[in-house]
Amino acid sequence: MPRLTIDDLKKMRDQSAGAIALRAGTARAKVTVHMGTCGIAAGAREVMAALLAAIEEQGVTDVMVTTSGCAGLCSREPMATVEVRSQAPVKYVNLTPEKMAQVFQQHVLGGEVVMDAALAAGCETTG
Amino acid sequence: MAFRSHVLVCAGTGCVSCGSFELGAAIEAEIARRDLAGEVQVVRTGCQGFCAEGPVLIVQPDGVFYCGLKKPDVPALVEEHLLKGRPVTKLMYTPPAAPAPVPTLSQIPFFAKQKLVVLRNRGLIDPERIEDYIARDGYAALAKALGEMTPEQIIQEIKLSGLRGRGGGGFPTGVKWATCRQAAVHRGVEPIVVCNADEGDPGAFMDRSIIESDPHAVIEGMIIGARAIGATQGFVYIRHEYPIARERLAKALDQAREYGLLGRGVLGTKLDFDISIVQGAGAFVCGESTALMASLEGKVGEPRAKYIHTVEYGYKNLPTNLNNVETWANVPLIINRGAAWFTSMGTGDVSDNPWNGSSGTKVFSLVGKVNNTGLIEVPMGITLREIIFDIGGGIPRGRAFKAVQTGGPSGGCLPASHLDMPVDFDSLTAAGSMMGSGGMIVMDDQTCMVDVARYFIGFLTEESCGKCIPCREGLRCSLDVLTRISEGKGEEGDVELLEEMGGVMQDACLCALGSSAPNPVISTLRYFRDEYDAHVREHRCPAGVCKALIKYEIDQAKCDGCHACVTACSTGAITGQVKYPHLLNQDLCIKCGACIEACKREAVLRA
Repeated sequence: MPRLTIDDLKKMRDQSAGAIALRAGTARAKVTVHMGTCGIAAGAREVMAALLAAIEEQGVTDVMVTTSGCAGLCSREPMATVEVRSQAPVKYVNLTPEKMAQVFQQHVLGGEVVMDAALAAGCETTG
Repeated sequence: MAFRSHVLVCAGTGCVSCGSFELGAAIEAEIARRDLAGEVQVVRTGCQGFCAEGPVLIVQPDGVFYCGLKKPDVPALVEEHLLKGRPVTKLMYTPPAAPAPVPTLSQIPFFAKQKLVVLRNRGLIDPERIEDYIARDGYAALAKALGEMTPEQIIQEIKLSGLRGRGGGGFPTGVKWATCRQAAVHRGVEPIVVCNADEGDPGAFMDRSIIESDPHAVIEGMIIGARAIGATQGFVYIRHEYPIARERLAKALDQAREYGLLGRGVLGTKLDFDISIVQGAGAFVCGESTALMASLEGKVGEPRAKYIHTVEYGYKNLPTNLNNVETWANVPLIINRGAAWFTSMGTGDVSDNPWNGSSGTKVFSLVGKVNNTGLIEVPMGITLREIIFDIGGGIPRGRAFKAVQTGGPSGGCLPASHLDMPVDFDSLTAAGSMMGSGGMIVMDDQTCMVDVARYFIGFLTEESCGKCIPCREGLRCSLDVLTRISEGKGEEGDVELLEEMGGVMQDACLCALGSSAPNPVISTLRYFRDEYDAHVREHRCPAGVCKALIKYEIDQAKCDGCHACVTACSTGAITGQVKYPHLLNQDLCIKCGACIEACKREAVLRA
């Protein structure tokens, strides 16, 4: 490792800040891949892998990826929920790795909902 | 590969002793078995603070806190939370008196009331990776100090921040730096910077935790200090008893050297500076500046008279700037965020005189009779009540609060009437205690204040170096008197004798160990004199602690003959047939109290 200068230090900080930002809980969007038994059987692990690959490829550091249980609509798994900060969450159904990559590109990064894969916007009422 | 989730396993000394290394390895194995290794990262962090519930871990970005984990919990935790995204309620923390476990950090009062400045990276970074520290703005302050500020500007910023020494004395750091720089320039010699990590107070572990969780913060502070003062050589004087802290610090120093943050031409500038680790042998007095310098030089760790301070003639008679671990760790933040940010926390107005208030935060180790023992950081000026009852969760088993001991053996005990007092340097001193390095020992109504004073005086008697007579003999005599009182052999005039000896020691001892040594006696006399009187005049220990003054008896009406006390008793003092009331033989009883703990019917009485 060469000895750093002040400029190198700043570059290094910018490169690695994203990974840590996720630990500190600051992100512009959150994607939840539903990982119930039904989801996993229908291919949710592959969908997750495609999502992580897309994030890696684009060098995006401030998108949070998480998992959750069955979303209740087992017949239309794999499903994912995309929440862009200060917008209503959108649920996607019947995802494939390719579809997931498209959702990431178009919705998470571009802000435009992928209509043909979307089930609905909003949340179920709870409580 | 980017990770979607991070499992932050606490690897502070407390959790390590509860098996957190094995736990981390088990989680990693389970993650690999589930084929999640590319998605979930396991990070070992420094102390996360909640030592009472160890081993603990946090799953991010969800912010879910798990505690008291054991290896058999791991498969369910990985499958449910990390694979399926369902946090596992039964492994979460349940606050005392709460109806159900609470999942996230922000909902747990222990964490919610704290303000993390010095400990900002605890639980977030891997202390053994410099890249993690840099990602959290690490060494940015050093870049600023080297690239944009003159040494005078750095010293001025520290002065304006009102930062006062966190090792106990509360001396303004900026003033110390300026004096050291001046002395070096005046004499044309190179000054030395030293970090005091010789934390020896019973029950205190702030400095250890800071080094364990964020060693680079201390190193960065020291490099900035070296730049401001003009030093090329630095030392960290650390106790031999802190192996994890020392290893992490050594690793961090190696990384800093490799990256050009230490050595010749720091960050490509003209600054040359390096730091060596020196191990202390565990003598309490070596935390005192002149004794520490002697020990650094390889001599016996004894203090000298301080009409000339070490800041002018210290290590090898060079001007030596000594600051505590926590003080150094504050420096990068002040340079990065400015003095005004720092003074926005704390009490008093320090704009033209740092002695006028206490700015910033303070790290405390909260221990003793309190539910949430652990390591906390709070803004200066918070009340003792908030620390003990909100963050600390109150006294275990619903017992009454009696006193809190602050400042270690040099500090004092404060009673319940002081609970609403703000915690800062000057309020604590005015109340007869002191900030000290930040140990905080909570005591309940089963604590005898004479016994507490006797314990601390006993500790100091052992640790006194014996160089000056007031300390050596004053402590020995005080211990004799206190032991006499606790054995019920106290006489009228003993209390006055203690007060007189305390006064002489305060005036005549060579160093601060001796001059502050009477504090445990004087503060307990000030607030709990009636307890001393009960021991001396009535030969009674109101708290039921002093063994010579109590005896155990079995209430024949309440005892159901369950035999639990017979099993617990190690001397065979209790006899009796099962299902018939038992008897206690006073001649064999050593008054250990094991029977009272074992009895479920409160049939064992302490009188």
